[in-house]
Amino acid sequence: MTAAGNQYSCPIPEAAGERVTLAHGEGGRLTRKLIAEHLLPALGNQILSSLGDAAALPNVAGPLAFTTDSFVVSPLFFPGGDIGTLAVYGTINDLAVSGARPRWISLSLIIEEGLPLAVLDRILQSIAMAAKVAQVEVVTGDTKVVPQGAVDKLFINTAGIGEIVAPAPPGPASLEVGDELIVTGPLGRHGIAILASRENMGFEPPPHSDCAPLTPAVSILREAKYPIRAMRDATRGGVAAVLHEWASQAPVTMQIDEAMLPVTAEVRGVCELLGLDPLHIANEGVMVIAVPAGWGRQVVSLLRTLEVAAQAAVIGQVISQKIAPVVVRRALGTDQPLDEPLGAPLPRIC
Amino acid sequence: MKYVDEYRDPRLARSLLHEIRQTATQCWVLMEVCGGQTHGLLKSGIIQELEGVVELIHGPGCPVCVTPAEAIDFAQELALRPGVLLTTFGDMLRVPGSRESLLTVRARGGNVRLVYSPLDAVELARQNPSQQVVFFAVGFETTAPATALSVLQAAQLGLDNFSLLVAHVRVQPAMEAILQSAECRVQGFLAAGHVCTISGVTSYEELSARYGVPIVVTGFEPVDLLLGIQDCVAQLESGTASVSNQYQRNVRDAGNRHAMHIMSDVYATADRPWRGLGTIPSGGLVLRPEWRQFDAEYRFQRPTPTLLIECADCRSGDVLAGRIKPPACESFGTRCTPESPLGAPMVSSEGACAAYYRHAPKSGPHAVSITNTGR
Repeated sequence: MTAAGNQYSCPIPEAAGERVTLAHGEGGRLTRKLIAEHLLPALGNQILSSLGDAAALPNVAGPLAFTTDSFVVSPLFFPGGDIGTLAVYGTINDLAVSGARPRWISLSLIIEEGLPLAVLDRILQSIAMAAKVAQVEVVTGDTKVVPQGAVDKLFINTAGIGEIVAPAPPGPASLEVGDELIVTGPLGRHGIAILASRENMGFEPPPHSDCAPLTPAVSILREAKYPIRAMRDATRGGVAAVLHEWASQAPVTMQIDEAMLPVTAEVRGVCELLGLDPLHIANEGVMVIAVPAGWGRQVVSLLRTLEVAAQAAVIGQVISQKIAPVVVRRALGTDQPLDEPLGAPLPRIC
Repeated sequence: MKYVDEYRDPRLARSLLHEIRQTATQCWVLMEVCGGQTHGLLKSGIIQELEGVVELIHGPGCPVCVTPAEAIDFAQELALRPGVLLTTFGDMLRVPGSRESLLTVRARGGNVRLVYSPLDAVELARQNPSQQVVFFAVGFETTAPATALSVLQAAQLGLDNFSLLVAHVRVQPAMEAILQSAECRVQGFLAAGHVCTISGVTSYEELSARYGVPIVVTGFEPVDLLLGIQDCVAQLESGTASVSNQYQRNVRDAGNRHAMHIMSDVYATADRPWRGLGTIPSGGLVLRPEWRQFDAEYRFQRPTPTLLIECADCRSGDVLAGRIKPPACESFGTRCTPESPLGAPMVSSEGACAAYYRHAPKSGPHAVSITNTGR
């Protein structure tokens, strides 16, 4: 499909105020126009521009990782990012922490009729920018437009393919007593940024999301050949969810020290105010890493050479099975159980 | 962070623990009135650290837990009426009424919206003149002034589509009801710090004198809680009983006069059924007759309440009255969990069952003892 069809453009003008209409999703002229004038200029590359029914991908030598994620965040734009950056980084981070080098992603847009085209363009620019930063190509996609109220403005699905680079971390089943637990940055920034912006809480300056690619952090560790047991991005449910999941896969307890957790002043302030625990709040550019005993300090100093992980820290260790799967050393120096996040304290954060 | 970090200082906390252990010549029974304090005591491990020195019994200070099921049922019924938008605090959404919660009502089409302030509900009413916006007002004296303010604001804006379903409760009558009960073992109270920012300290003096119990206004951080306990224990050991304030950075003796003025302009006290505790004389607030036009009870006819059958497996009544600790309930952690709660205290962020479920180890050396409780 090319933009050539526009020379014979239909007399029906684009929706008043330049908004997406149901016709943009019906596969006809307006769909082609949307692709040619909005999607391709932002995202076009050799594979996507062929506009076939499926992307033809080049040969790769080794095994692949394949993942998918949907993004329904509200609001679409928030300090530190938007649904577009989230849709790219969310998917490539899942590939990265699985030990894969992200290569290609798909992009499906489900648009509510009436969305201003300028908003769509802004989000497409963010997607393009994020894809460039993460060194992935958008190679296939789909656009649907649904009547008002059927979705909230814009939902995005991305799927991603990456090449698994040996050696991939063996995963949480390999955790051993004594292993050190690391986070790559301050906790809870994404969830708090969304909360503050959605509820118009009026904090000054507004808390910013940590939305960022984890690929540089994963690469630098891989290149240094540091022994990594497990890596996981701490998205919904925060660091607590990752630790609980890990503890369920090995007969061990995760012991965290509250005093060692990196938390920004803004996140801490909001959490204190609303009675939230930063360990339960979502991140979009922070991962939890487990390394064998004695490696923590080295791994952290290497991570800190990267901007995205400048505040990396060892936060605890793996101990033999105790009173609870995850415990936190609180003020009095006693270990208290950390509960698993239940439901969503804050829905639609990603 | 100022006003927080110094109250979490491990060294200060340790030395207070030591002093309390040194002072106590017997195991004193104290009640922490507020659910936030229960969470703080368990989260920091103070309850376990003081085992055998001080027994801490959680109080009824979880407003959503004590909201009667009939009120929740009525709120649900309103949310399902065409043209009604029911608003409330997030904590209320998952609390079960007699059959279901507001969250499940919303899932089957009820119009329920979470707000962070009753003033947001007024704003929703202003923006949606074709909808009747009802704010389901729960909470102690801490939240009551803001809901009173919402009525004043709605009146000022001339809104005829805003009303309150008032389920506000008052702390002091509940404390008195506990002291009057034949099985009361409470020897001193850690009064709820946040409530006292409004109601002040001096208002407790009569209660303390009449029943001969120390009442110490206490905050929520580990050092706050330990200061409250230390003060209570020192009074009990010396045979005195007075009211004191260990939360001075937030609480003034006279409280917040402005907030109390607004409350008395808008509300009158009334007898109120508390879930688990029965009807408490003057235990609740109702809108004064002159504000009747903002009272959802008058605007919408409440259906005749159906006969409520409390779940036989749930002992939330005993828990709310401090008669048993949550782990002593046979359903605790088995048939009743935060995912599938049988009673409100397992749901709310201030609920005692949720606090014990979240923070207290279920076994091992730090497990909370359930043997030294009431029955």
